[in-house]
Amino acid sequence: MTTIGPAIAPTSRGSRPAVRGLRGTRSLAWYLPAAIVFVGGIVLWEVVVGALNLQAFVLPKPTAILAALQANWAEGRFALLPSATATLQEALTGLVIGTTVGLLVAFASVRWVTARGILLPLAVAANAVPIIAFAPLLNNWFGLVNPLSKALMAAILVFFPVMANVVRGLVDVEPAAVELMRSYAASDWTILRKLRVPNALPYFFTAMKVATTLSLIGAIVAEYFGGASTVLGRMIVQSASALKFDITWAAILLGAATGIVFYLVVAVVERFVIPWHATLRAEA
Amino acid sequence: MTDPSPRAAQQTGPVVRVSGVDKTFRRGDRAVTKALEAIDLDIARGEFVSLIGPSGCGKSTLLRIVGDLTSPSTGTVTVNGKTAEQARRDRDYGMVFQAPVLFDWRTVEDNVKLPLEILGWDAARRASRAREMLDLVELGEFVKHHPFQLSGGMQQRVAIARALAFEPSILLMDEPFGALDEMTRERMNGEVLRIWERTGTTILFVTHSIPEAVFLSSRVVVMSARPGRITTIVDIDLPRPRTDETRESRRYFELVTAVREALRAGGAELDDRGTVGPGSDASIERTIAEGAVG
Amino acid sequence: MATATATRGGLTATSPAAVGRRGRGLLVGLAVALVMVLVWEGVKFLGGTPWRAPLAQPGSPILWNPPFRWAFANDLNLPHVWNILLTFGEPFQRGADRSVAQFLFDAAVYTWREAAIGFVIGALIGLVLATLFVHSRLLERALVPYVVASQTVPIIALAPLIVFAFGANVMSVVVIATYLTFFPVTIAMIRGLRSFDPRALELMRSYAATRTTIYRRLRLPASLPYLFTALKIAATASVVGAIIGEGPGGIANGLGRVIITYNQYYITGPEKLWAAIIASGLLGIAFYGLVVAIERLALRGRRPAEA
Repeated sequence: MTTIGPAIAPTSRGSRPAVRGLRGTRSLAWYLPAAIVFVGGIVLWEVVVGALNLQAFVLPKPTAILAALQANWAEGRFALLPSATATLQEALTGLVIGTTVGLLVAFASVRWVTARGILLPLAVAANAVPIIAFAPLLNNWFGLVNPLSKALMAAILVFFPVMANVVRGLVDVEPAAVELMRSYAASDWTILRKLRVPNALPYFFTAMKVATTLSLIGAIVAEYFGGASTVLGRMIVQSASALKFDITWAAILLGAATGIVFYLVVAVVERFVIPWHATLRAEA
Repeated sequence: MTDPSPRAAQQTGPVVRVSGVDKTFRRGDRAVTKALEAIDLDIARGEFVSLIGPSGCGKSTLLRIVGDLTSPSTGTVTVNGKTAEQARRDRDYGMVFQAPVLFDWRTVEDNVKLPLEILGWDAARRASRAREMLDLVELGEFVKHHPFQLSGGMQQRVAIARALAFEPSILLMDEPFGALDEMTRERMNGEVLRIWERTGTTILFVTHSIPEAVFLSSRVVVMSARPGRITTIVDIDLPRPRTDETRESRRYFELVTAVREALRAGGAELDDRGTVGPGSDASIERTIAEGAVG
Repeated sequence: MATATATRGGLTATSPAAVGRRGRGLLVGLAVALVMVLVWEGVKFLGGTPWRAPLAQPGSPILWNPPFRWAFANDLNLPHVWNILLTFGEPFQRGADRSVAQFLFDAAVYTWREAAIGFVIGALIGLVLATLFVHSRLLERALVPYVVASQTVPIIALAPLIVFAFGANVMSVVVIATYLTFFPVTIAMIRGLRSFDPRALELMRSYAATRTTIYRRLRLPASLPYLFTALKIAATASVVGAIIGEGPGGIANGLGRVIITYNQYYITGPEKLWAAIIASGLLGIAFYGLVVAIERLALRGRRPAEA
């Protein structure tokens, strides 16, 4: 399980981040309870909303939400697909910027111990600060309608978990492994390449899984403080204030689906890049 | 790049010469710990020397000083006529720790290739040597496995294969079988002897187990604790090759007794399995050593 | 006697090394802040708006004319540090008798109360869920995916709906704070409640201990380090939730509303928005610090886990 939120997984020295993501090796039976809950939940929702004749704008039926999704897919005042695409673009840009800067800083801080002494407490402090409070500032700096102001919000949210986790992954290597490398008279560069970087990969992927969600949250929160109107964040606010809650729900589900797909992409890449680790987890 | 061919042709003096070595650890402004005092030890080419002693006697520290993983406070260490540091730079050492320290992300084969990559061997040579070494430790069919798929004993054999892969002139083994069960340990002991006899490597071996030390070694160096000193050196004149029958011979028991008495004279407390003190002190020593460095 | 000494030692953590470390941390923090201020003002020195006396009106004499004019470094984007500091002492709005500092302090306390209620409820929900999940693999497999999925829905997206369902009042804000809080606690406690030493479980079994006893005497104590790691995350998350929720929730007294208001008046007083953001940061750090203090108290005498 990943910790979603500006979090660093609590790992003890030398142990791996205890991530148990999606397991490709699981049998279908493993997913059965979750699938039953999914189907059952939707049916129950549909039936109960219909039976109690709830006000449609509080909780529309799933079928109504689907209909709204279809009706507002590509065009109209609440065009959902272009909005989702725009938001995803902001989030992706932010993810790339935040991850790149996070990695650069992490590697720099491994090279220079003093930098680490400054950066890690800073990351902890940043964890304690509600960073989204900066969203209006970024809007003021880069312009309300500039997607960059949203992307940078996402980037800032992404930066800290990536930096902190990668630093930890690069530093928390088994001391005996470093001694082994020293006994080969390996250079710092070789130790970095052959020991620290592979060791940091699982930490990096843990951070990336958190970061995907954070980047979307950052983009949508920044949108909330104003900007272009064909973005998911504005769609949600505007449709809700127009009392078109079926559209609001459709937009929310689209946002959630985007987040889940985003997460799954990272999980799949992880399986390819560190299969040894994924297998380890499946066994554990 | 140094020529990684066998160093048998080098000069005839001792492979390792430790003279007048002291080691003190300082932790902050607190009292100093004297880990080693006045250590003198020569190890000849092809010898199998074990260090045994109670916890905190500094035997792991001594091994680490020989391997240039920490430096002595006073005294000198020469390896193949060079300083320990130069010897490390020349890749004279193969290290085996108590934990196998295999890299999870590498297959068994790639773990064995690790030192060869660092030494800059070409791919073909790396592959053939890795095969050869894994055959030697009888893990030929597990080349493509990942470490976590192997048992503890098999993992330690991979570590030995890795240590031997580049034909270091001396093998430093720090309680390599300390974490294994008794049965596996005895089998591994046989394995190490077989490899040692085939390769002719010089081995410095740290252990807690008297039977293990006696069974393996040409000489057993008995140490006392606080400060760590060499109290006795017991020559093991058991015939070779040593087998399971060796463990039942009269001479073997006499030598075990001799080592045990030497230990007791040094003030060590023994348990009934002939093991000295609790568990491993390697990690403790490493912690202290890190404290001293930091 | 011995217990008393140990307690006192644990409370104050008086080992010289610990004091030194904390002192160094504080020093590093101050140094970082100083460097940031220097860079900030340095940029303004090179390419900002012409410098005038602190809080001076536009017509007052120019004290320093920077050689360059960079748009991002003008007084609107990067107000002078001293102006941000001085703005704390000014009236919070024209003609008001309370200062910005007092105003922000009251707003922060208000927001903290919302956050704290959401924090407590969220933590309890997380604890209950995790307890269910560690006792039933079936429930875990059926529901945990949805607990995870719940967090992929950006909370701000749900805010309008929550406000509609619960009304434009504090309740909505608390619900949002709860929503952000329960997740880290649930996930961490699923791991924490399983983090006990298996040998200890065998020991408990040999006493024929009941599930409840095992839970209280073994699982719960073993999980505390995980709980506090999660609570530290949750403390910030609850503040985030409260600040975000106050906008749609129509709460007029909290920091979230202050940020929105000062954002609207950014052109005339950018320092005020900065002040509000600093107040939010301080609130987050204070709540985090409170949890850390409780953690120190609760886990004293344990081997320090790496956070």
